[in-house]
Amino acid sequence: MKVLTADTAVIGGGPAGLAAALTAKKQGADKVLIIERNNELGGILQQCIHHGFGLHRFKQELSGPEYAQRFIDMVKKTDIEVLLETMVSELTPERKIYAVNSRNGMMEISAKAVVLAMGCRERTRGALRIPGTRPAGVFSAGTAQRFMNIDGYIPGKKAVILGSGDIGLIMARRFTLEGARVEAVVEVLPYAAGLTRNVVQCLEDFHIPLYLRSTVIEVHGEDRVEGVTIAEVDEAWNPIAGTERYIECDTLLLSVGLIPENELSTQAGVAVDPVTNGPIVNESLMTNIPGVFACGNVLHVHDLVDNVSKEAERAGRFAGRYALEQGEDWKKRVKVIAGENIRYVVPHEIGLDEPVEFFMRVQRPDENVVIDVGGLRSVRQRSIRPSEMLNITVTPEMLKNVTGDSITVQVVTLKEAEVRA
Amino acid sequence: MHKTIICTVCPLSCNVFLELGDNDEIVSLTGNRCPRGKAYAAKEHTAPERTLTTTVKARGGIHPLLPVRTDKPIPKEMLLEAVQAVSDLEVEGPIRMGQVLIEDFLGTGSNLVASRDL
Repeated sequence: MKVLTADTAVIGGGPAGLAAALTAKKQGADKVLIIERNNELGGILQQCIHHGFGLHRFKQELSGPEYAQRFIDMVKKTDIEVLLETMVSELTPERKIYAVNSRNGMMEISAKAVVLAMGCRERTRGALRIPGTRPAGVFSAGTAQRFMNIDGYIPGKKAVILGSGDIGLIMARRFTLEGARVEAVVEVLPYAAGLTRNVVQCLEDFHIPLYLRSTVIEVHGEDRVEGVTIAEVDEAWNPIAGTERYIECDTLLLSVGLIPENELSTQAGVAVDPVTNGPIVNESLMTNIPGVFACGNVLHVHDLVDNVSKEAERAGRFAGRYALEQGEDWKKRVKVIAGENIRYVVPHEIGLDEPVEFFMRVQRPDENVVIDVGGLRSVRQRSIRPSEMLNITVTPEMLKNVTGDSITVQVVTLKEAEVRA
Repeated sequence: MHKTIICTVCPLSCNVFLELGDNDEIVSLTGNRCPRGKAYAAKEHTAPERTLTTTVKARGGIHPLLPVRTDKPIPKEMLLEAVQAVSDLEVEGPIRMGQVLIEDFLGTGSNLVASRDL
């Protein structure tokens, strides 16, 4: 077995892995390694050929491949090593990585610091338990996207899309532009899950109907999908009898959520938050396993890649530092609690000496609110919704005011008089 | 005549109400919460534009397709025609990101450019 060493080993070469590797390298580590299972870097961005990426980071609207290329070019200017078509099969708590590819066979990589940047995979039909037959033609939206945008296959001619998340909306436009028909987009929520901009530019532009408070209740067809039955749902998402409607189609796309890919993490003993399905981390984005850091969609599902890059740069910086200093002094930690109308906050616990950037999601939409970060900082927001992640930074100056062993992040709704003030 | 346009400039997604005259001209425009919303809604009513992103056939790269885009938005009603226009286009690698594949694409003043290296 080939034995390798690295100061910082990054698992995953998507946007998180690329940004983390770059900042780890900037810390002065000799050897930074990216391990990627695909045959190129860039991750899922390479199949997201639509534009709208990088508005915060580069102040312009880039396509996914353009955004990825900028980071790949930066990596190429360094001596960061990249192992492509290499699958990591195991990570140990001692930061040994077992990986395999067809050139080297099995490899053992001992790393002083590890960054987890494996991203997500898509929820499938099995996770939703949609009744009916099991014909060909049921795809997760991202799989269909890869077929169309990278491999050059159109998955079907007449599609129904379940789920109005951004990937589903983008695929509705993509199918239409390539000459296939999209009969309907079906969403269980009372509002579209994706960005308004995508509802306008992907559905309304092409007169594709969006059925809200509805779901697919049956798949029909033996060898290939022949149609689906959709129905309206009640408050508890149960189908309402009498509202069933049959739609003829040969393809059902599912855009119904992402699951952080944490099998390697949990195998190494990394503790996972049941709300985010990602590791529990501190302000340096380190997990409970010393020297193992996490960032990007494997940590929590992001909606903007710009935020992924920013978060990953933080993880990479601390991983690089950890690799050089071998170990960090565990200072006073304060727990971060998700309070009123906050679904989750990352990081889960913080030290008090470094600036901390909190990423969070709310539970329900609201308007004219203040996000109160443990009384340390309040940020006014005109409108909040679960699909849009919020980030708020607190400085070490502000952290001096922490007294207890926890801080609570909460949404405070402003009264009318306060809104006008 | 009235028309509602949802502004897509930022996540606030304002509903902008347009009151239109006999010749479809804008008589009044309300509901936007910033000047960018006003400009967007006016443009969206008179001459809506979109950036086209699609793929073309490619030889000599690691994938059979190259992602491409227009470097400026083109008239919205030309989107389907524009995709048709590149369906027979085939490029040969190596290609650099930003490389112009078709100049003044369909007379729109926008260029069709490669979206990545291949």
